[in-house]
Amino acid sequence: MSNTTKSLAVAGAVAAALTAVTTTTASAQAKEKCYGVSLAGQNDCAAGPGTTCAGTSTVDYQGNAWTLVDAGTCTEIELPEMADGTERSGSLEALERDLPS
Amino acid sequence: MSVTQDEFRDALLNPSQAVPGGLSDGAARPAGRRFNVYRNNVAVSLTEAMKEAFPVITRMLGTANMEGLAGLYLRAHPPSSPLMMHYGEHFPELLARTEQLSHLGYLPDVARLELALRRSYHAADAAPIDPQALALDPDRLLALRPTLAPAAQLVRSRWPIHALWLYNTRDGAPKPEPGAQDVLILRPEFDPEPHLLPPGGAALVQALQGGRTLGEAFYAATQEDPEHDLGASLTLLLAGGAITSFDAKR
Repeated sequence: MSNTTKSLAVAGAVAAALTAVTTTTASAQAKEKCYGVSLAGQNDCAAGPGTTCAGTSTVDYQGNAWTLVDAGTCTEIELPEMADGTERSGSLEALERDLPS
Repeated sequence: MSVTQDEFRDALLNPSQAVPGGLSDGAARPAGRRFNVYRNNVAVSLTEAMKEAFPVITRMLGTANMEGLAGLYLRAHPPSSPLMMHYGEHFPELLARTEQLSHLGYLPDVARLELALRRSYHAADAAPIDPQALALDPDRLLALRPTLAPAAQLVRSRWPIHALWLYNTRDGAPKPEPGAQDVLILRPEFDPEPHLLPPGGAALVQALQGGRTLGEAFYAATQEDPEHDLGASLTLLLAGGAITSFDAKR
């Protein structure tokens, strides 16, 4: 692409973006925080652990033993093989044969 | 008799190790059971921190699996800072090398996205430019060096991480389709929001974050996708308040 073509392409894109942004900001209202409306289990805390979002716990999770049980949404998501075919995603169930007994 | 810090630390992270000898309470009585309580609290609180840190991974794997992984993680990577909000930095690597999860190749990249969301949340504030300041001559536009906000975080993946994230956080989001997705996290107001980038958009953002000019960044984008829609990428950046200044010098 020649420099002139490029500068025209960039100028066109900037002009388009300016128009788009002006239109969007005119219609979008300023957001505000809304507390207490999240359903249980869906009030994920964007701030992460160690903040006031974090709760306290009294349950014992200690121990290294863990098992891969059929839980979570991984089992709902079926992604066929990727283009390179090396990795495949399926359900956790399919992997039980690989688990140490 | 006393206990060294090394002995104390080793036993703290290894529940099968005996309580170190030489611990005593205020009245000089042996305090072994108190150590067990403390050891348990450390593991429990770090497990909670991991679930808090990776809500989408937790949802994908289920709570019990996540707790198991957190148990492995917290012992391999105890916190290196008292600031817990970035805890879990090395979790993508643990997910990638955990044999039992090797069929879920997208997990490490989803965890990277969750880490980037928290980096964005805690990044410094930066006031965006007035978009109209970009109404300049074409030649000057090419030479602009826009600065992106610290809250702008890029995550590239050969997995559909944006769709996977949405599917696990938003009601009614469609099931993910296979394919690579690049995500740009922007934080125009309070909470960070991941945006799907068009093809070539990630190259554009990478170039801008590397201090390139708009012209150079556009060239980088067209190298990845000749049809790159610069207008769409710029609209995303401007609407997300991601451009905070530009150096117009030649």
